[in-house]
Amino acid sequence: MQKRVKFGVGVGIILATVSALAVVGYREQPTYYHTIRELPNLKPSDARQRMRVAGNVEQGSIVRLPGRVDFVLQGEGQRLSISYVGKDPLPDTFVDGSQALVEGRWMRDGRFVAEKVQAKCASKYEAAPGQQKTGDGYPADPNKKG
Amino acid sequence: MDLLGFFALNLAFVCALYAVGAGTAAILTRNPFLVKSARHAGLAVCILITLGTASLVYLFLTDNFSMAYVVGHSNRELPTFYKFAALWSGQEGSLLFWSWLLSVYVFSVLFTYRGRHPELMPYVGVVLAGVQLFFLILNNFVASPFQVLGAAGPDGAIELFVPADGKGLNPLLQYPEMVIHPPMLYSGYTGFTIPFAFALAALLGRYPGEKWIHLTRRWTMIAWCFQSAGILLGAHWAYAVLGWGGYWAWDPVENASLMPWLTGTAFLHSVMMQEKRGMLKVWNVWLVFATFLLCILGTFLTRSGVVSSVHAFAQSSIGPWFVGFIAAVLAVCLWAFLKNRDYLRSDNQLDALVSRESSFLFNNLILLVACVAVLSGTLFPVLSEAVSGSKISVGPPFFNKVNIPIGLFLLFLTGVGPLLAWRRTSFESVKRNFGGSLLLGLLAGAVAFLLGFRDFFSLVCLSLSVFVALTIASEFLRGALVIRGRTGVNLLSAVGRLTMRNTRRYGGYVVHFGMVLVFIGLSGAAFNRDKQMEMAPGSRIEIGPYTLVCQTFTTRPAQNYTAERATIEVLRGSRQVMMLYPERRFYPANEQAGTMVSIFSTLREDLYVVYAGRSPESDQPVIHAYLNPLVKWIWLGGVIVVLGTGLALLPDRQMGLAARARAQKVLPVAAAKPVSASAGSYGQERRERNPTL
Repeated sequence: MQKRVKFGVGVGIILATVSALAVVGYREQPTYYHTIRELPNLKPSDARQRMRVAGNVEQGSIVRLPGRVDFVLQGEGQRLSISYVGKDPLPDTFVDGSQALVEGRWMRDGRFVAEKVQAKCASKYEAAPGQQKTGDGYPADPNKKG
Repeated sequence: MDLLGFFALNLAFVCALYAVGAGTAAILTRNPFLVKSARHAGLAVCILITLGTASLVYLFLTDNFSMAYVVGHSNRELPTFYKFAALWSGQEGSLLFWSWLLSVYVFSVLFTYRGRHPELMPYVGVVLAGVQLFFLILNNFVASPFQVLGAAGPDGAIELFVPADGKGLNPLLQYPEMVIHPPMLYSGYTGFTIPFAFALAALLGRYPGEKWIHLTRRWTMIAWCFQSAGILLGAHWAYAVLGWGGYWAWDPVENASLMPWLTGTAFLHSVMMQEKRGMLKVWNVWLVFATFLLCILGTFLTRSGVVSSVHAFAQSSIGPWFVGFIAAVLAVCLWAFLKNRDYLRSDNQLDALVSRESSFLFNNLILLVACVAVLSGTLFPVLSEAVSGSKISVGPPFFNKVNIPIGLFLLFLTGVGPLLAWRRTSFESVKRNFGGSLLLGLLAGAVAFLLGFRDFFSLVCLSLSVFVALTIASEFLRGALVIRGRTGVNLLSAVGRLTMRNTRRYGGYVVHFGMVLVFIGLSGAAFNRDKQMEMAPGSRIEIGPYTLVCQTFTTRPAQNYTAERATIEVLRGSRQVMMLYPERRFYPANEQAGTMVSIFSTLREDLYVVYAGRSPESDQPVIHAYLNPLVKWIWLGGVIVVLGTGLALLPDRQMGLAARARAQKVLPVAAAKPVSASAGSYGQERRERNPTL
């Protein structure tokens, strides 16, 4: 019986340590997902959290300035101005119309300061189911009919 | 060709359905004809899926742009090599590829054990066919790769149309490793189906004993080896292609591949407990179930868009199918377990805290804890949304905080575990086996500290790595010295003989050694540095011991892309050591850009140079240089892990006849695996029991 207790203590120590580490790790950088539409209605305490917002990059909105890149993210009929201030170069897939996921903080002036931008080029990924048979983005060019 | 493939897959579905039905009937009726017929249906599934896959490859190779899938993932200019790889670059094709790999495994299993193990194989056949059936449903009815392109004509009718060229393969995938990484990883994922099928079959069939474990050991190791290689190749691809300077980002897709690897690793260790001591039977069965479920979960995470990931496929309607399948598998496993759990009674109890058994238990516990941590971190957005309504993601700090100490503890066990004796180990033998290695390990850490390395975890990692490497080396040495003493061969061939006598054990040590190298490589990440600069020809970046001198920027057209290339001279002091050519490539077919990182890799560190693009203000090229210490050790370790697994797969070579006869007479226990050894070492064991050796 005593061996079981010893073993149980060992297991307990491991689990407790890992749980403690998990809590510490979690507190370090929790990031909340919000939609563009939710932002104006957040409680002040929530609005200060680090967050991720997804949307599509508005056509022609990318402006490259010294030290930052400004663009507009669209989603659910709303617009959100973003300033990317991160150190890494923007991904190759970040272009007009691409789906982007920005991570950073929302400022009181309504601007979102992003430290990270992930982008998926819309054309690279497949169309949503159901769209595929209608040409998948190709215009129905009569010359190209098979 | 498209029709051939389409019908082949249809027929494969029918055959799989028949294999499930006839197999179940065979189990119920014990009719040998049905057993054979179900097995043949299982074999036919493989041939038909092969036909379907081959026809899709043919469609790619012949640029058949009437197929939606070919249009979406290829173009005329794409090199043939990549046309082949385009097969698994999208949702539908990769699912077909998955089915095909699984069917190859199933074919090998059914063929290898044809006419043997009649109490077990019909069950195995049914489970395997059931899994295949699920994927064939996806291939045929949910995500068929054989869809044609059409557009609504003026009268509203759908008309076929064939574009002149395809949209091209994602440039990120146009890299040699992308041709081997997915097949490796998928072979790992699918391979774990085999031990799963045997475990479930043994439970369903109330098949007594450890036979399913003996039968599946090699299959599990093959799957594990593929999975390990797949993960590392994926990391290397991320490192060499994505151009962000790292190899692992705790992205959901990476995590998805790591989780079954963790449980699979736990399983490979805990089966030894069952084989040698008849313990942990319930645990083993559930580890296999969990590994298989995590493989399916991984496939699901990659495809469903349930957690956002950089390289996930499109959000699609395929998610509910996977959820349904996971639920069904879990239900079957649970039902079989509850019904037949009496067959899984343990033969033995744990004897002591410091013993081989407990080191295995801790190893399993810690691997599982790591897996749970990774799983909960990956699914945290989903879980938190369900619990609190707000979707929260945890960043890399969470994963690192939890997994670095776990990894180090595991590394410690890697050194200690194999040398502890079964049942209980005395303090004396612990001191004898580990004292020297531990001391030298600590010494190495102290030296590194004095040399100015101050990262706590890296120092611990270094000490442990030295310790583990030394224990492994001393194990080889001890056994080899005994053989040399007895036969007079030189030490190197004595090591060879020793290894070949017990490939499982010494192959395992080689795998451990590979993992030590991987850990050393990982610990280097604490000392990464990077610099980014606009560079005109002639300008310089100093990073670590290197000076980068930018020479020219040129544009060069290639078959499928146009590249802008920087020519950078690397100086160390005033001596030229290397020329680096980082590139940015532009692919006209899909109007995308890609980077080609240039790396100068040494054992000490990698100089990693990215052509990051042109500065928006000055239009000057921007060069981002990273100095990443020890990265090469990771890939080196990976190669050794694969070689070690290969070694462990080899059959043991028998000792010379005379020696064997003597061993059998004098050492009945030592000839088999020692169970109550004080040191657990082969050579030690022989010496202690037979001083004449």
